[in-house]
Amino acid sequence: MPTRAIPYLKTVVHLACLVPAVYLLQVYRSGSLALMADPVNYITHFTGDWALWLLLGDLAITPVRRLNNSLSWLIRFRRMVGLYAFFYATLHLLTYVLLFSGYDVPTALAGLQAGHLLEPWKQLKIIWPTMVGDVEKRRFIQVGLLAWLILLSLAVTSPQRVLRAMGGKNWQRLHRLIYVAGFAAVVHYMWLVKTGVRTPYKYAVVFWVLILARVAYSLWKRWNKPSAATPVSAKVAS
Amino acid sequence: MLLRTETAIPSSEITPKEVFESYKMTRRRMLSGLSAVGVAAATAGLPELALGESPLKFVGTNYAVPDRAITPEAKAKSYNNFYEFGEDKSDPSHNAHTLKTSPWSVKIEGLCKNQQVMDINKLIGLRPIEQRIYRFRCVEAWSMVIPWDGYPLAELIKLADPLPSAKYVQFISLQDSKTEMLPGGIPWPYSEGLRMDEAMNPLTLLTFGSYGQTLANQQGAPVRVIVPWKYGFKSAKSIVRIRFVDKQPPTTWNMLAPDEYGFYSNVNPSVDHPRWTQAHERLLNSNSVFPKVVPTLPFNGYADQVASMYAGMDLRKNY
Repeated sequence: MPTRAIPYLKTVVHLACLVPAVYLLQVYRSGSLALMADPVNYITHFTGDWALWLLLGDLAITPVRRLNNSLSWLIRFRRMVGLYAFFYATLHLLTYVLLFSGYDVPTALAGLQAGHLLEPWKQLKIIWPTMVGDVEKRRFIQVGLLAWLILLSLAVTSPQRVLRAMGGKNWQRLHRLIYVAGFAAVVHYMWLVKTGVRTPYKYAVVFWVLILARVAYSLWKRWNKPSAATPVSAKVAS
Repeated sequence: MLLRTETAIPSSEITPKEVFESYKMTRRRMLSGLSAVGVAAATAGLPELALGESPLKFVGTNYAVPDRAITPEAKAKSYNNFYEFGEDKSDPSHNAHTLKTSPWSVKIEGLCKNQQVMDINKLIGLRPIEQRIYRFRCVEAWSMVIPWDGYPLAELIKLADPLPSAKYVQFISLQDSKTEMLPGGIPWPYSEGLRMDEAMNPLTLLTFGSYGQTLANQQGAPVRVIVPWKYGFKSAKSIVRIRFVDKQPPTTWNMLAPDEYGFYSNVNPSVDHPRWTQAHERLLNSNSVFPKVVPTLPFNGYADQVASMYAGMDLRKNY
């Protein structure tokens, strides 16, 4: 992949990652979302699915790149895809707060239109106890929130400036939390579904395959070059 | 990147209801005109024509939900938990067309004097069909308002004449790997049950239709029960056996996750599901994207008609 092509390819990846969001907006604007039996349920699953898919896709970049040296350019897209996973995870969280928990959107909007700028905040305070109760009582919400908080911290520290300020070692240590986020996201899904629903297990398998690919790679490295001082991954990743 | 493409049907392509109805009526008239031929065909071993949903004759009742709008019919018929036809709530409306509801018979068995196998047409005709508008509350914290067509289950129970030893009624749903998907992980057939007094309660409806039409396959055609003060999964679908038993029967979701789904499963805002609160529900009765979240009522608003059956029981333990 010539370096010149990277900026163009980045544009393509940006657009591709935005397609689901645009699609959701289109479904809303065309009125077909309202005709669905349970729009909130649809939005919740749509945003959650895309957050998880992009997160797993992000975790797949490193193992795929290692398959062949000619694929090393893929690394240039890792941060971007990760940020989009955070974007959809945030939409997912907002869906929970604004649509799922009983937040009165029409009243909040009507308040805003009438010039009561604090109305959205007032509405949030009404549902706050319900949400606190959810976080306290429900483990699937706890792990989901953990995954989002990790993604938030990675997103905040993602700019090049922050990397430099933190130092590569620290930055990398923090960003290894992406594995915890991926694990937490899969567990979030597993704990949420009813007994007998098997879809989350597919994602668990994908997650562990991606982890095992890393373990296999480092074992292979060690076995092949017992004296190698610096693992290649550290060089490239920083 | 792959997108799930759900091509919406443009409204221009949707057949207006009047056109569809008139077509259906023409077809029915034609079919009845052809009935003589039909008999010949049946005896010749040709397959019977399945009609799917068709208008039901019913009488109106006072069972209504005055403070809530009725759920749009399309929503009620496209959002169904019917795991025999897939795990997603949109699956049954796509997959249940394979369900063969005719011929159909219900076996009445167990501790009763009049054990028998009853043909569905006889069962429907046993008593006048009433239309009752009930609140329908799913254990997943969403709800609808649906007009159901049927008659009290008590009528059938009286006819079956249970023995004094019969304390519970068990409902067993169709298990047919040829027409149903029957996903793994769930012990089929689906089984549900009620205590005898619950089954005899005038609210418990033996249901053959909704919105004035015979049940859509995905709603549990051709016969199901509706127990409006309990979470939806208690209302067994596509029933093939009704059995009178002396002990609390095993029920499917209770077997799968006893801490989440109790045998009673009365709608109760003060007992949370482990994964969500049951204090409120998403009311799906409009064509709005913004959800209407309303407080859940004890016994789904039917407390004055059913609460006395549970007097003295700890409803936190017997959830």
